[in-house]
Amino acid sequence: MSMLGTIVDIVRDNWLLLLVGQYPNGPLGGIAATLILSVLGIACAFPLGVLMALASLSPWRALRLPVFALIYLARGIPLLLIILWVYFLLPLLIGHNVPGFVTMLVTLAIYEAAFISEIVRGGIQALPKGQMDAARALGHGHLGAMRWVILPQALFNSIPSILSQFVSTIKETTLGYIINVPELTFAAGQINNRLLTKPFEVYAILAIAYFIVCWTLTWLAGVLERRIAAGRTHQADAAAPPSFLTPRPGEA
Amino acid sequence: MSGFDLMAILAKPEFLRMLIHGVQTTILVFIGSWLLAMSLGALLLAVRMLPSRIAEAGVAAYISYHRNVPTLVQLMFWYFGIASLLPPEVQIWLADHNSEAVFAIIALGLCQAAYFSEDLRSGLRAVPKGQWEAARALGHSFFGAMRWVLMPQAVRNASPAIMNHTVSLFKNSSLAMAIGVAELTHVIKEIESRTFRAFEAYLLGTLIYLACTLLLMAFGAWLERRNRRLRPAA
Repeated sequence: MSMLGTIVDIVRDNWLLLLVGQYPNGPLGGIAATLILSVLGIACAFPLGVLMALASLSPWRALRLPVFALIYLARGIPLLLIILWVYFLLPLLIGHNVPGFVTMLVTLAIYEAAFISEIVRGGIQALPKGQMDAARALGHGHLGAMRWVILPQALFNSIPSILSQFVSTIKETTLGYIINVPELTFAAGQINNRLLTKPFEVYAILAIAYFIVCWTLTWLAGVLERRIAAGRTHQADAAAPPSFLTPRPGEA
Repeated sequence: MSGFDLMAILAKPEFLRMLIHGVQTTILVFIGSWLLAMSLGALLLAVRMLPSRIAEAGVAAYISYHRNVPTLVQLMFWYFGIASLLPPEVQIWLADHNSEAVFAIIALGLCQAAYFSEDLRSGLRAVPKGQWEAARALGHSFFGAMRWVLMPQAVRNASPAIMNHTVSLFKNSSLAMAIGVAELTHVIKEIESRTFRAFEAYLLGTLIYLACTLLLMAFGAWLERRNRRLRPAA
């Protein structure tokens, strides 16, 4: 029981640090920074991922190959190593130092774009081929058909997968700890360094905090997925020919 | 700092030894946690099949925890948190026996077990129900049917997902550097800080990781081709 009491005490004494870090006296941190970093990361990765998906499905090799290479790099190298690369290369490229938050944001945008492009490509390929044929027959060009017919459906169907990718992104922001980005894990490290004798309680709080955030979002992704799947079968029913045209069971 | 020179690192026996040691540690952590994850994943699946609500809920909670808490946090929870609760004698013994690597293997293994268990479960669910009925009709017991008929097909169905998660596990072994395991990423960073040759050091790390993960992916693709050939035409 005393362990639970200690956990409650630590949360009561440090809730502000866990929530927003040292803001307004220092940089924004805590859960707020974790969530903002994840939202911005996905927001930057999404358009990049859609463009990469279109490039990977394009008829031109010169577009497909670099995307293919980037996806294999993202799948083959630990995120930690990509963070080190960005940490080293970004200041060289833009000419001045950047805060850890920006380093992490750029890393997540590149890394997640590769995964989102795979999700979107899957969504596009899962659509019936007739959609593209019909759009082309109606006079759309390849890009026009993508823009007005294929992408709206494919992106809508990929919403649940992108939400799961958002949960992965939240989990990946913890790696910012390695380059001292002030976020939730960093805040827990600060509390642990101050208390020194309560590591179990501090890291239990950290794990519970992440669990609550990620579990809620995973649950939401599941609900959305069921809803979208239900909508799809509904459409399929509506698209089926009227029943008097099809033989009833036992009639054929 | 002069121009690009990979030999500035590779030609120094000291750094070469560090690199080799780093690769060995990475592979040790990877194989150790893989074995732990696979055996625990199979065990979790078996527990989940028991006709008990409590067992089912327990496994579901285990999987939910390990999938919704960042792997790095799980590592730190084991290394800083759970380690501090152990009796002092055990802590001293562990400190003498590379406790960082031990906790990294435990944390990564327990985390990955949740994923492997789910992979195996969906592999098992994809086996047609008739297989089970046919095996029982042929006189197999519950375990006989599992061992000789269902599990071989389940593992085959699950192998693409398992290979994907194996690659993730290999990449995640780099997180062990956060608790001070001298694995490849740790060594790369160490070499970088000693030579100030970030580009060369990171390039070496990238190439080594890429070689390993591409090898694993190629193995997965080979496995899938082979499985497709073995699968009877439906």
